[in-house]
Amino acid sequence: MIQKTKHGLSQTNGSLIAMLEEIQAEDGYLSEEALRSVAERTGRSLVDVYGVATFYRSFSLKPRGRHLICACLGTACHVRGAPGIVEELERCLGVKAGETTSDGEFTLETVNCLGACALGPIIVVDGRYFSNVDQAGVKDIVAKLHAGSEQVKETLVS
Amino acid sequence: MKRLNSLDDLRALQAELAARGEPEVPTIVIPAGTCGQASGADEIVRVMRQAIESDSLEGKARLRVTGCHGFCQMEPSVLVEPEGTFYPRVTPETAARIVKAAARGEAAEDLLFVDPSTGLPIRYQNEIPFFSRQVRSILSRNEKIDPLSIESYIENDGYAPLLTVLEKKNPRWVVDEVKASGLRGRGGAGFSTGLKWEMLADQPNGTGRFLVCNADEGDPGAYMDRSVLEGNPHSIIEGMVIGARGTGSTQGIIYVRNEYPLAIKHLTSAVEQARELGLLGENILGTGLSFDIDLVHGAGAFVCGEETALIRSIEGKMGEPRQRPPFPIQKGIGGKPTAINNVETWANIPLIIGKGAPDFEKVGTKGSSGTKIFSLVGKIRNTGLVEVPMGITIEEIIYGIGGGPSGDAGIKAVQTGGPSGGCIPVERFDLPVDYDSLSEAGSIMGSGGMIVMDEKTCMVDVAKYFMNFLKDESCGKCYTCRKGTQRMHEILEDISGGKGTLEQLDLLEELSGVVKDTTMCGLGQTAPNPVLSTLRYFRDEYLEHIENRRCPAAVCKDLIVYSINDNCTGCRACVKACPQDAITGEKKSRHTIDGAKCIKCGACRSACRFEAVEVV
Amino acid sequence: MINLTINGSNVSVEEGSTLLEAANFMGFPIPTLCHMDGLSSYGACRLCVVEIGEGTRARLVSSCTYPAEEGLKVRTASSRVVRARKMILELLLASCPQSKTIQDLAAAHGVRQQRFRQEHEDCILCGLCVRVCEEQMMAKAIGFRSRGEERSIGTPFDVRSDECRLCGACMYVCPTCRLRCTYNEPDNAICGGCENLSPPCLAEGKFEDMMCYMDPCVACEIREDT
Repeated sequence: MIQKTKHGLSQTNGSLIAMLEEIQAEDGYLSEEALRSVAERTGRSLVDVYGVATFYRSFSLKPRGRHLICACLGTACHVRGAPGIVEELERCLGVKAGETTSDGEFTLETVNCLGACALGPIIVVDGRYFSNVDQAGVKDIVAKLHAGSEQVKETLVS
Repeated sequence: MKRLNSLDDLRALQAELAARGEPEVPTIVIPAGTCGQASGADEIVRVMRQAIESDSLEGKARLRVTGCHGFCQMEPSVLVEPEGTFYPRVTPETAARIVKAAARGEAAEDLLFVDPSTGLPIRYQNEIPFFSRQVRSILSRNEKIDPLSIESYIENDGYAPLLTVLEKKNPRWVVDEVKASGLRGRGGAGFSTGLKWEMLADQPNGTGRFLVCNADEGDPGAYMDRSVLEGNPHSIIEGMVIGARGTGSTQGIIYVRNEYPLAIKHLTSAVEQARELGLLGENILGTGLSFDIDLVHGAGAFVCGEETALIRSIEGKMGEPRQRPPFPIQKGIGGKPTAINNVETWANIPLIIGKGAPDFEKVGTKGSSGTKIFSLVGKIRNTGLVEVPMGITIEEIIYGIGGGPSGDAGIKAVQTGGPSGGCIPVERFDLPVDYDSLSEAGSIMGSGGMIVMDEKTCMVDVAKYFMNFLKDESCGKCYTCRKGTQRMHEILEDISGGKGTLEQLDLLEELSGVVKDTTMCGLGQTAPNPVLSTLRYFRDEYLEHIENRRCPAAVCKDLIVYSINDNCTGCRACVKACPQDAITGEKKSRHTIDGAKCIKCGACRSACRFEAVEVV
Repeated sequence: MINLTINGSNVSVEEGSTLLEAANFMGFPIPTLCHMDGLSSYGACRLCVVEIGEGTRARLVSSCTYPAEEGLKVRTASSRVVRARKMILELLLASCPQSKTIQDLAAAHGVRQQRFRQEHEDCILCGLCVRVCEEQMMAKAIGFRSRGEERSIGTPFDVRSDECRLCGACMYVCPTCRLRCTYNEPDNAICGGCENLSPPCLAEGKFEDMMCYMDPCVACEIREDT
């Protein structure tokens, strides 16, 4: 995934974050077991590894749902009503941002800017972007997710 | 691709590619950066490919999929070269027609862009005010280049500046040229890039020097860097190799936030291709220069955009900033001299070498040369990325290029500089935009985010939003930053909830001053800016919240009431939309909202087609 | 030797000295909370800030971390510094009112009020415990987790640490739990009068949710027996 060169990261301990990213990509989260094993493998103290794992928001120490729903809360999206979208998502899914539904299907998260500000409010479902979302759009997307369609066709609501 | 082993090899490749080009064949250029894709560009590409195949138009029309062009409001858009016809908001249904028209050298007249002020269509992109008023030195390159092909880059003069640099006997020439250009750091701090490189070059010879590209772009609302990373990744690589030649650096790192998966993909591919061709690695083009680039991912921490925190993050630690001195130039990654520059700064380097410093310096103002890309977003009609000469006024950007407000409400202010910046009210839109001019007004140019706010935006809410962001993103080490941002947010919550007092307003200002003074890093030092600037220009809004428990922009939930007015036709759309079953009413008669149940989510207002839902 | 000026007086210190060391050498008092001789400087509490530089370039820096520079002009009690210290102490009182160390500091600086919503926290995240564990005990059993509002100190996964040597140094150096106010109305008690010399965890029933990483230690066992 990340090519490392001779003089670079191997000398500076930099591969810890990359390692954690790879584990997270595979397992969906960072388990206690995984973190302890990383500490052993890298020779870093467990305190350091745990500190890094909890400092960065893209890491999750709790298992995530099968589907990841990410809502953007950047300034441009905020000004266009993103908080209302997040509230609607919380209502439709029955969980608060940062939590996973009890059936383990959906995790709702917020992010502080996806960089697609012209199209806000934006939500990303399993890597697919939905732009100019309003409350009706949210209901629509969640309904489709619940119906079990793996390929949620993009809804352009503008 | 065969590896290039000498300068002559590169010259030969340039000539070969130049001979191959067929500039007269109509090419349909489709911007498919992240927002292009989010608005459906992938489908357009698919339909167009299909159209070319099914009508056997190969040879008569080509497609080029590129990064962002900047007019994000109109995406998915396409540009037809070489004539320069622009089509906005293309749909899968209209895409095929555009291809066919292009192959015939004609335009599909009914699909052209219509100027809202005249009602007349404009065919050519360079006549559309949004584009014509910009100076798109960097962004226009995105139109020409396929980001996944190094050959496409070389075809478009890519790596020619590097050739120029490597032909010079004295590596210091690079540093002098960049100094002469007047280029200042585009990340916001505005430090002279040439001076920074000179300082790096002057560091005692040791075991290595680092060059870093800060692609963490954490300011919410700013995505200029993303468009360059996705659309023209080689410009960064070339810039860094040029920098390595000038400063004697041995290792480059591009630190890119993981919220930009497409940028990561394009950078990874570009670095691999550059290595394959021999433009990165040992003994580049036989000149003895050895330099390679590692890609490091961010992991979701705004503070890692701060250079000492970035260094810590690269070192695999928590992104806590540290005190300076010592500066990264002296002691950076692993204690080695390190120069960190922003993406846009790097992207300007090949341009400077290519045009020559004097020509570069002519654009912009005396103290701020060159162009700057801004992300113009929020309540603005033409949202997108705009590249303008330094010194242009805010008014020209927002009205001349941006087309004014997006809705009926008038523009009230523009927020610049992200969470470190402030709000500039409409009365001061005559200010020029450069590194120094906005600080007197209480803001900064920052990395280029410009968020337009209208009468329906509550400035107290804006300040609260930024405090919420900052208290979450603060690394938490300094007591004043951690507790200060928390308490400021607490007070703003009280005010926006109708529980604020005038004493709290004074306390807010006092606390802001101390946080600014005592915090160690830039995040904390600038954290109070959004509060201080909104207090300076919009104090009346704060007072209205405190004294009259009223939110003039009708945003703060605790201070507003949703009600239904006479426009109501009794269609029951809102009744169905309401998640709390708070609306009652018979068909065809005016509905009412039960205030006790209403959670002010706004679903009813979205559902109503008659503007019958009011918020006061 | 490095020559600088503190409060108008010239002083020469060895290279590598901090402004705090230079000021202490001259006898100029600077309050500190997260600093302790024998441990590395961290610069978290910001109480030790001093003003350096002149005119528009004057700024505040934490004296415990800032290195002495040739020709530097330092002011340890300018109005800007005093204002900052007072506000920091107000913030501290607003979160950690029961710490005698903080109360004493507040009294010494004339801070008799705090205008924020009162919280009762046990930790100011000064990091002394982390540093003593790592640097003096070489155990590194506890550390910082998360960031911003969520930042805290503890053992990884909040379970008993294999590295912890049950030495109690973390509790010994902690400015908030070292001496605790046991006045019956802690919100109103800002005085320098009462002294509490026994470890707070032994006081009956008063601090149920106290932070302790040693889980269990001798003190808990003693408490259970009595």
